[in-house]
Amino acid sequence: MMLKRVFWAVGLFGLFAFAWAIYVRFFVHPDASNLGSVVPWGLHVAQYIYFVGLSAGSFLISSLVYVFGMKRFEPIGRLAVFTAIVTLILALLTIGLDIGHIERFWHVFIFVNPTSPMAWMIWMYSIYMVLLFVEFWFLMRRDLVVASRQPGWRGPVSRILALGGRDASDTSLARDMSVVKVAATIGVPLAIMFHGGVGALFGVLASRDYWHTPLFPVIFIVGALASGGAALVVASAIFQEGWKAHREMIVDLGRLVLGFLLLDIGFQISEILIGLYGANPGYLAAISLVVAGPYWFVFWVVQLGFGMGVSLICLATPLRRDPRAVVVGCAAIVIAFVGVRLNIVLPGMSPEEVRGLTEAVSDPRVTSDYFPSAWEWILSFGIAAVGLVIFGLGEIFLPLSHHLTRPAEQG
Amino acid sequence: MAIGPVSRRELFKRAAAGAVTGAVVAHTAVADATTPVRKHHWGMVIDTRRCVGCEACVIACKIENQTPPGVYYTVVTKEPLPGAHNDRPVFMTKPCFHCDEPPCVPVCPVNATYKRKTDGIVVVDYDRCIGCRYCIAACPYAARYYDFGDDYELSPLAGETVSPEYRQYRPRVPGSSPVGNVRKCTFCLHLQDEQGEYDREEGRWPACAKTCPGHAIMFGDLDDPESEVATILRERNAVRLKEELGTEPSVFYLL
Repeated sequence: MMLKRVFWAVGLFGLFAFAWAIYVRFFVHPDASNLGSVVPWGLHVAQYIYFVGLSAGSFLISSLVYVFGMKRFEPIGRLAVFTAIVTLILALLTIGLDIGHIERFWHVFIFVNPTSPMAWMIWMYSIYMVLLFVEFWFLMRRDLVVASRQPGWRGPVSRILALGGRDASDTSLARDMSVVKVAATIGVPLAIMFHGGVGALFGVLASRDYWHTPLFPVIFIVGALASGGAALVVASAIFQEGWKAHREMIVDLGRLVLGFLLLDIGFQISEILIGLYGANPGYLAAISLVVAGPYWFVFWVVQLGFGMGVSLICLATPLRRDPRAVVVGCAAIVIAFVGVRLNIVLPGMSPEEVRGLTEAVSDPRVTSDYFPSAWEWILSFGIAAVGLVIFGLGEIFLPLSHHLTRPAEQG
Repeated sequence: MAIGPVSRRELFKRAAAGAVTGAVVAHTAVADATTPVRKHHWGMVIDTRRCVGCEACVIACKIENQTPPGVYYTVVTKEPLPGAHNDRPVFMTKPCFHCDEPPCVPVCPVNATYKRKTDGIVVVDYDRCIGCRYCIAACPYAARYYDFGDDYELSPLAGETVSPEYRQYRPRVPGSSPVGNVRKCTFCLHLQDEQGEYDREEGRWPACAKTCPGHAIMFGDLDDPESEVATILRERNAVRLKEELGTEPSVFYLL
């Protein structure tokens, strides 16, 4: 109960932070960030690829249930699709407030540029978002119909969400599930393409040695699976019935996450080693920033300490049979990936592209140093709080981890 | 080809295929017919030995284009040559290089930045740009700057600063373009006449080149063999930055 109160207090307080940040963005200063033209992408872009990775990852995990028919993960199927929707919304909120003219977002559909990986990414996740909503609605439809007979305010809310549907029969459920299967099957290549597209967005830039590697699209997808899977473990442990109801599934999912994490670590090592041997000055400058720059602790403490230390202790030792340890290990991965994302975006931009550029003019917008401004932190916190609130509402309104029992009198 | 009854589905298929082919052919034909031929290839030759590092070009550019703080269409770097074993700086003014293969153009998600077909100048369509800053990340020469909406404290009130860029004469208003857009050097194309010609005698010449007291910045048509830039490129050995990226910059340096 205490935990729930803290959860709602943080979430609702964060909504105020979010509202304040929006007000500042549109009425006080169009860009109160500490970004500049040397480091034009910062905290919010990192947060965006973090959330978008969680979305793609948890969606792909849900496909294990709805495309590949792995029944043992069934209890998290709907939670996974819900997580994919919420994190995608958070990602779009973040990037929408980061770019200069969000009101022109539709330009990307009108002024088509097929050579832009960013355009492809947006087209892909637009379709992906529609599919997610369709899939999720069909997943929830029958339970919403059942719930609309509940007394109190839950009934009417469920009736609205069910869009007036009344059919709660088994045949309708079978029909729903066949729609879900089609949507989920189309979603798998889409999720891979749009998140691979996020990696490609960075990877295609020959101007940035730190990003310009063919491994980037692949590493993004593997990272998405590791972080998305880990986020799902944490979510299913605290959501509705909680970890006690899903002990075995959490342990199984922990093994899966471990596999993805090891693959991700392997790719990262490969990338760093090959970069070091290549000894490209731009790459060396960036990797030095990662391991020994002003934010060295992000790599050593957050990425290695949490992402390889805590997580491997919990997931790769005999502790892995205890669902509580699995949850701790996965929480460590969820935290570590914040560091992973920050260390993708910032060191790639920071080194000067032309020597002496940052000394040529003395201007806070032309510098390699970047630390997010108060506005950036508050907006980030606010957006995370929006996520908490949507999850909280989902926990109250949506029967995500179990199916409602159909009343006997219905046919 | 046998003429016989065609099913409705087949008819639709054929009609669709025909329409697509027709559209592609027509689009290509229209594009070919309406694409103007390149008249000029504007470029610069910058003689670092003539540059004294006075930064008059930086100031002239800021005044000409009325750029806000944080936006510099040209800067002067003052780094010693690596490996030269002395600390004598090489002054290097660095506008946009208006590359022949600009890496910033293909990445734009909305085609807001493009290379003009007639004279090779790389421009930004402020009304189309969404401010994602992808082009800044893609440019290997740090030639692009984002307009964060900052203003000089002592400059006129917002709305009274008007930039002549692209001959659009936009008043500076918070939240409306070019605030929230990526901005860059345009070779002062607003000083071109209707035919797209510059005229040095009339003062219609890029501000940095016009103001340079040592005549270190030479500007002209690289395609015109008689121009100053083409002549000097024939006579002297010039270098371009980061040739290995294949960007083919239109700005050359003499060391």
